[in-house]
Order: sequence, then C-alpha cells, then structure tokens
Amino acid sequence: MSGIFSGGAWAKVWLYRDTFIKGFLNTILVSAAAVLLSLAIGIILGLMATSGKKLFKGISRVYVEIIQNTPLLLQICFLYYAMAFSGHSMGIIPAGMISVGIYHGAYMAEVVRAGISSIPKGQAEAAAASGFGYLGKMFYIILPQSIKIILPPMVNQVVNVIKNTSCLYIIGGADLISLTYSFVTGANTGGAYAPAYLISGLLFFIICFPLSKVAGIWEARLKLRDRR
Amino acid sequence: MIKLEQVNKYYGELHVLKDVNLEVKEGEKLVIIGPSGSGKSTTVRCMNFLEEPTSGNVYINGEKLTNRNKTKLIRDNLSMVFQQFNLYPHMSVLKNLTLAPMKLQHKTKKEAEKLAYHYLEVVGLSDKAHVYPTTLSGGQQQRIAIARALCAQSRIILFDEPTSALDPETIQEVLDVMIKLAKENITMVVVTHEMGFARQVADRIVFMADGQIIEEGTPEHFFENPENERVKQFLGKIIR
Repeated sequence: MSGIFSGGAWAKVWLYRDTFIKGFLNTILVSAAAVLLSLAIGIILGLMATSGKKLFKGISRVYVEIIQNTPLLLQICFLYYAMAFSGHSMGIIPAGMISVGIYHGAYMAEVVRAGISSIPKGQAEAAAASGFGYLGKMFYIILPQSIKIILPPMVNQVVNVIKNTSCLYIIGGADLISLTYSFVTGANTGGAYAPAYLISGLLFFIICFPLSKVAGIWEARLKLRDRR
Repeated sequence: MIKLEQVNKYYGELHVLKDVNLEVKEGEKLVIIGPSGSGKSTTVRCMNFLEEPTSGNVYINGEKLTNRNKTKLIRDNLSMVFQQFNLYPHMSVLKNLTLAPMKLQHKTKKEAEKLAYHYLEVVGLSDKAHVYPTTLSGGQQQRIAIARALCAQSRIILFDEPTSALDPETIQEVLDVMIKLAKENITMVVVTHEMGFARQVADRIVFMADGQIIEEGTPEHFFENPENERVKQFLGKIIR
C-alpha cells in the first residue's frame, strides 16, 4: 500500500490533492511574509553594522550572534509556546512568519553587511568629500555598487526561508511538510508515505530550484564581469 | 580660508599629528611635502574631516568645522582629489561629474552637463564623457577626478598625493592639468612628492616630519637655503 509503485497510494494522494495544495499555499504565504520581514530586519541591521557607530554596530552584532547560534526550532517553540502560555497566543501561521523572518533576518543582515563592506573605503570618502550626507552617500554611491554583490546570496537566503518553513511542523503548522505528515499518519488517509513525500518534495523543488538557478547565474555573471 | 589650530590626531597610541597650526589664505597654492608617515595626508584629511582631529579646531571661512555642519561646509567650500582617484565605477564619466552638482547644488541636468563638458575640456578629455572610469588609464582617471572636483565649483580643492598611484609616464599629464589650475583663483592644498611641481606652483611650502610642521617658506627659500637639517637631508635624497 505504501510502496512507490503502488497505484492505490498514488490514487490516494491524488484524491486528497487539496491537502497538498493547501500546504503548498501556506508554505508560500509564510515564506513570503518571512522574506519581507527578514529583508526589513536585514537591511536595517546591515546598515547599522556598517554605520561606524559603536552602539548600532553592537546591537546588530548581538542580534546576529544570538539568532545564528541558537536553533530555529527552539526560536519557533519559544515564540509560539512562550507566548501561548503567557496568554498571548498568536496562531501558528503568524508565529511561523515572525520566527522564520527573525531567524533569516540575521542571515540577511550578514549578507547586507558583507555587501556594503566590500565597497572600497575610498568610495564613501569621495562621497563625503563632495558633501554627501549619509543617505545620499548610501543611495547614490554605496548601495548601487553593493546591490550586485548582495543579490545572489540574498536569493539563496530566500530559498532557505522556503525550506525552513518546514520547522513549523514542531508547533503543528499548516505548512506543506506538516500537512504531508498528517496525511501519511492520518487514520483515514495514512500509509501512502512514498508518493506523499515525493509530491511534497517536488513542490518544494519547483519553487526552490529556479530561485537557486537564478542566484547561481547571477553569481557567475558577476564573477565574469569582475574578471574583465 | 582654512585654519588648523592646535590640531592633534591619535590613532590609538600613535600620535600622528602634534599641535599642527596652519593657515591657508584665499587663492593660495600651498604644497605640503615630507617623508612618508609624517602626517601630510592626515593634515589634509583633517581639513574636510575625513579624519576628525582628536583635539584642536579646524576653521573653514572662519566657521568652526564640526560633525554637525561638516556636510554643509564641505558642500559649499571644499572638493578633494585622492591618490586612488575614487571615481564612481558604476557611473559613466559624465554621471560622475554631474552627480554632486545635480543632487547637492540642485542644478538642472542641462546646466550640470554644460559644466561637465566645460571641465572635461579643461582636463583634455572631452571625448571620454560616455565611457566608464575603469576603462581609462590611471592618468586619465585622475584628470577626470580633477574635473569632478572642479564641477563642484568649490573655492578650495585638496589634493592628497594625486600622482603617487600613477605610472611614471602619466604623471606629467596630471601635473600639467594642476599647473593650469594653479593659474586660477582657486585655493589649492597639495600633498605631493613632486618637487618640480612644488617649486613651479607653490606660493608656500610646508615641510612635515613626525607629525609636525618643521619648516615653511617660499619655494626659493625652501630649495635654495633650507634651515632645518631634516629638510636638507630630505631634499638631498629626493632631488636627483
């Protein structure tokens, strides 16, 4: 019944296709919100890290170190259960969006920081010596140059966000992985392990593969141009 | 025009500027020379707060330069030419020249481009308006950087070793442009190792060693009969 060549198992997955579609849409929804949040956090903290102001640098550093050096699963559990038990239940989907967003915000911050730091110091000095303030310097001179360096690893982070929505499983999420698991262990639907996980994996692959490809091509082009 | 008053600069324990007092008058061509590590560049970089003095004051046009007013004071009075050119590689030459006039002085595109073409002609690179800086030779890039500084129409231009990063054969083309500029009523402060240029252009030469100004005077005084032993030593080595 569970075998990969079992026609019955495939038929069952097809019959319950709505479950997979729902999980897929939830995963996309959580990913989209988490990406936006992580971008906002990443840009703000990345700018803080390169601001040259000790306090800002410190705040950014502490955030990045704490978030990068504790597991995402723990952060999700902490946010969801700690809030729930203190009477501020926020729902699984919002908890997922926020925790995955916060987690990847730390990685985005590093991507932004590295991109900005890679621009030679002379560029900022030329801008300052022309009378540009911080915003003008960033907007006209530093960011247009660093964006090409930032984008490829940023797209890779987006792929990681999508895959890491699977951690919602720990709080009983409604994402693709969680719904797949409920499906294969369900009293009425159980058993079709191989087809279910294949389909689930395929759905992840369909969104993640093109994104990684885009990032890869971008990176290759960048290297090619630098060689010239 | 520019006044440094008791300026000290420390990098950690390192005392790189020691009580530097220096005044630059309007229209003056001041050349700062001295051995490497003597604080020449730091002195010039204190004039537009690329380096903030650890103590002491900097005045531009009588106004005390602070972190709060530096953007405005620099915008209105100062431009700079760097050793490494520091052109913006993501913009064409023309964009490099028109960016500050358009964004900071709010000139129209037409006005800014007219200005840009004028100064491109001054530096002899009118045909390079639409290329990207990295396709140019070092000497050409530095001439573009000078044109960019001129486009701001500042009354003061600081030059921080403008020919030190250049191939020997392109040094002269940059110096020629600077000699041409020296005929205008622009205040120029130039850190350089080019003694011929210093002799030809300077109204006054300042010699620095170990973070201090140890001798200053006209080029004649400087090259004919310097008083300080350290200066004699330096000139003996550098003039071939």
